[in-house]
Amino acid sequence: MIFNSPALSYSLLAPILIILAGALIGVLIEAFVGKARRPVVQLSVALGSLVLALVQVIRIRNLSSTTAAMGSVVIDGPGLLFQCAILIVAVISIFLIADQDNFTSSAAALPGSDEERQATQSGTVLTEIYPLTLFAVAGMLLFPIASDLITLFVALEVLSLPLYLMAGLSRHRRLASQEAALKYFLLGAFSSAFFLFGAAYLYGYAGTVSFAGIHAALVGGTGNDVILLLGIAFVAIGLLFKVGAVPFHAWSPDVYQGAPTPITGFMAAATKVAAFGAMLRLFYTVLAEAQWQWRPFFMVIAIITMIFGSLVAISQRDVKRMLAYSSIAHAGFLLTGVIALNKAGLEASIYYLFAYGVATVGAFGIVTLVRDSSGEVSDLNRWAGLGKRSPWVASAFAFFLLAFAGIPLTSGFIGKFAIFSAAYESGATAVVIVGVLSSVIAAFFYIRVIVLMFFTDATEDGTSVVIPSILTRLTILISLVITVALGVFPSPLLDFIKPLAIFIR
Amino acid sequence: MTSNLIVYLIAIPLLSSAVLLLSGRKANKWGHLLGTLASASSFGVGAYLFTQMLAQPTEERAMTQKLFSWINVGSFNVDASLLLDQLSICFVLLITGVGTLIHIYSISYMSHDLDRRRFFAYLNLFIAAMLLLVLGDSYLNLYVGWEGVGLASYLLIGFWNQKPTYATAAKKAFVMNRVGDLGLSLAIMIAFASMGTVSFAGIEEAAPKASTTTLTAIGIMLLIAAAGKSAQFPLQAWLGDAMAGPTPVSALIHAATMVTAGVYLITRSNFIFDAAPTAQLLVVIVGAITLLFGAIVGTAKDDIKKALAASTMSQIGYMILAAGLGPVGYAFAIMHLLTHGFFKAGMFLGAGSVMHGMNDEVNMRKYGALRKFMPITFITFGLGYLAIIGVPPFAGFYSKDMIIETALNAGGIKGILLGSAALFGAGLTAFYMTRVMILTFTGTKRWDDEAHPHESPILMWLPMAILAIGSVLSGFLFTRGDALVHWLEPVVAPHEHGEHSELLPPIVVSGLALTIVLIGISIAVMMYVRRPVADVAPENVSALTKIVRQDLLQDVANEAIFMRPGQALTKSLVTIDEKVIDGAVHGVGAMAIGSGSELRKTQTGYVRSYSALILVGAAAIVLGIWVITQ
Repeated sequence: MIFNSPALSYSLLAPILIILAGALIGVLIEAFVGKARRPVVQLSVALGSLVLALVQVIRIRNLSSTTAAMGSVVIDGPGLLFQCAILIVAVISIFLIADQDNFTSSAAALPGSDEERQATQSGTVLTEIYPLTLFAVAGMLLFPIASDLITLFVALEVLSLPLYLMAGLSRHRRLASQEAALKYFLLGAFSSAFFLFGAAYLYGYAGTVSFAGIHAALVGGTGNDVILLLGIAFVAIGLLFKVGAVPFHAWSPDVYQGAPTPITGFMAAATKVAAFGAMLRLFYTVLAEAQWQWRPFFMVIAIITMIFGSLVAISQRDVKRMLAYSSIAHAGFLLTGVIALNKAGLEASIYYLFAYGVATVGAFGIVTLVRDSSGEVSDLNRWAGLGKRSPWVASAFAFFLLAFAGIPLTSGFIGKFAIFSAAYESGATAVVIVGVLSSVIAAFFYIRVIVLMFFTDATEDGTSVVIPSILTRLTILISLVITVALGVFPSPLLDFIKPLAIFIR
Repeated sequence: MTSNLIVYLIAIPLLSSAVLLLSGRKANKWGHLLGTLASASSFGVGAYLFTQMLAQPTEERAMTQKLFSWINVGSFNVDASLLLDQLSICFVLLITGVGTLIHIYSISYMSHDLDRRRFFAYLNLFIAAMLLLVLGDSYLNLYVGWEGVGLASYLLIGFWNQKPTYATAAKKAFVMNRVGDLGLSLAIMIAFASMGTVSFAGIEEAAPKASTTTLTAIGIMLLIAAAGKSAQFPLQAWLGDAMAGPTPVSALIHAATMVTAGVYLITRSNFIFDAAPTAQLLVVIVGAITLLFGAIVGTAKDDIKKALAASTMSQIGYMILAAGLGPVGYAFAIMHLLTHGFFKAGMFLGAGSVMHGMNDEVNMRKYGALRKFMPITFITFGLGYLAIIGVPPFAGFYSKDMIIETALNAGGIKGILLGSAALFGAGLTAFYMTRVMILTFTGTKRWDDEAHPHESPILMWLPMAILAIGSVLSGFLFTRGDALVHWLEPVVAPHEHGEHSELLPPIVVSGLALTIVLIGISIAVMMYVRRPVADVAPENVSALTKIVRQDLLQDVANEAIFMRPGQALTKSLVTIDEKVIDGAVHGVGAMAIGSGSELRKTQTGYVRSYSALILVGAAAIVLGIWVITQ
């Protein structure tokens, strides 16, 4: 038996490998570096590996349209753009995560126990968060470039497992945080099972797990349609769970609320890019020929998701829950990009994901600032009058909300416009009409928060805005600058995306 | 190329605004001077461009300047381009000219305010945004300016936002303007969806091929936008409250420029309205209702600024009415807009001058006999008064008379109704403006001893005097040889003569209008000169007066029609969320995992009900597949 060593094309895999190496170094740092110096060292390593990976992604952008790791991953324009977006979002988030005030000092201690109190008093900080973030980022980088079902599943788990853990590390309200983590884990496992089940069906249909093979079988049209459809449905459920589409969304409000806010921001932004990246690749390339089967379902899900997310968000009284439902609505808007199934739809989705991701991290960054003596205040009623006390913070938050709402001159407007017009061109008129209507409803609750901050008198138990640390300030500032720039001058990014946004099979 | 200069019109005040906002306290000494200089330079550029345009033959006067390629998404391509043509230059000169005068006035008026530099920054920002609004070559560029003036106006109304009522006023203006903005954005979306472009030139070209339904829809949406920005029925309620801002702001934004943006929008969109008769009819109806509404409300106001605000609303009603009459009316709408810009800004500055001398008292019942103490203010205000009520040869006579005449000649019942409304409005205008004059400047003194009325400094009265000259001469200049009508012809389609038979000869119309004005004046004189004026508003008045005092119940109506149903809707949505959606989730979940009625009672938050939901979703999809494959 001849055994060829696999050709891995290391330079193409380098971004992922750099991040994994950074994560492993992070684990070693936990073991060998003294407590006092750990936070700085960990932050430098994490930031360094993210930036290095970003540089490497940019360096290999012209080598694209090829496969690596024996066809398990495919390096093409959209894949690199997704990786770029994930890395930029991760860089912005890492500053926010570095603000250690948000995490528990001792994750293993019982909430409220003496052990916890001692750890807090001794000034212990939780630096394991950095390697965990890097592991998650590595999974996210692999997710949208995976080109067989096994790699896709491995990436899904690599990105999910650290996130389950990170969701449980909040310093304040630790029980709620741990409950959220457990919920996320259980439901994530449940949906992973669906995904695997679907992968098995697809294997049964095509006799192979590679995307190219499944596509070939689909074009040949020899297999059993019922098995194909069940396969598509179950794989889709696994992915729809990750993006939080209705009815697979139920975890997201609870987890968004319970998780430490920096993690919520990172999760909401980066996971969405990765999951939609994978979904776009799967449905644009492999399953494009089966569009008559899956598009109707996606249309129904997109419509339900947009309406449900927008309507329920109106009645939320907690800012993090509101942002969670808003993220559900945005998942619906992004699904219209999947439905569009044309080049314009792909370009629009990439733009939308990047713009939304950046604004999301910025918005959650601001949520970490509004506090009272017992920690973050996410009760919206207590945000009343924030505009008078902290005009800059409130204005920045208002700007992010306007970007979410898609008001012209913000990045959200261009994104929504592009994605809806792409879907319209593809003939999905009903989805576009619902999309526009739910954007209007969504605008209502975003503006309601703005009205609350600027025009409502503060209640007695007013909250205060802490002076942001330099790190948090960086997060908010970078997000704000990118959001403004994308809104006022969208052309450079759109022109950059255009020639790259072509999937290869 | 002179067209390269257009961008400087906007760039100069914008840059100055940024400098003023960013430079901090050290700029306090020279901030107001920089702001005024920026506005004056912009006016200089505008005047130079105007002379360049005059030197060109008619068809080569319009010029465009492409700044950069703005949006390029699929088939959606918008350049950031500026268009300077015969219509926009009128606005450029009005905005920068009146704007500069008001800057000068504010130097003195705001001299005691610690935040004067910020005030000038906002004023410059407003000038830049308003210029962008009238110079954009597409609806999208216009929209940016449209939102920009909204922002600047919001900042300026709320400038003294330490007082809660002022913050409420800013909020009301904000919300009502959003309704109008929604109309504009929908109009842009419909236009793009049906014609594939948002530029004025592109839509003008595509409009003849579009269906009437589409054009009517766009027209109605544009009308909603115009109503929001120009305080027209039914979105008029915010203007009176917006008077909470500093008086120069009221003069600039809520009299001369921003509130006339709706008239600009309709005139600019003449190619849409001319092809959509239904929308055009709605325009004249809105105009006619508002001109009467504003005039009636104006009769019962004791607050001098609110009386002027009601009058502004009414005068803009005249402009909207004229613009809705089609090609015969556009030029007169713009003419009235320009003359109104002079006399109303002048009167607002006069009101500011009075308040300046009277410890910021706004109640006219506390004024009286100020003629002796403020002679210059009295004369400039008086010239504006003669202009607004339409006494020949003052400016308002020419412009208003043309509108009344055109309305009467609109043909049939429509013409008679519109003409009568315009005539009746003129009478009401004469009544309430005479009332303002009498209560403020004549009669006996009714102010407290603490007030020491005095004439304002030269920096304040000079702009008033210049505006007064404009209110005397502008009407004559515009109509001499139909100068303005011919100037605007290339933009708003030619003025067609003899389209309708004239209902009444022009001289009879003028006579009729003057008679009605005289009746209005006489009633006011009888009511307020013959009888002593109480220094508090009398309580035992007719039910009608009470209703008029409450702005014809506009707030009550808004509350009943919009606010309460809106609140009820929100409440019911919450109930639906709690009862129906959560209920359904749990209900379905309960059925799916067969744990019976126990789970119905549980609140959301259980992993088991969530996973049941996922299961149900999956089951629904499988069921769907089964249905499809059958």
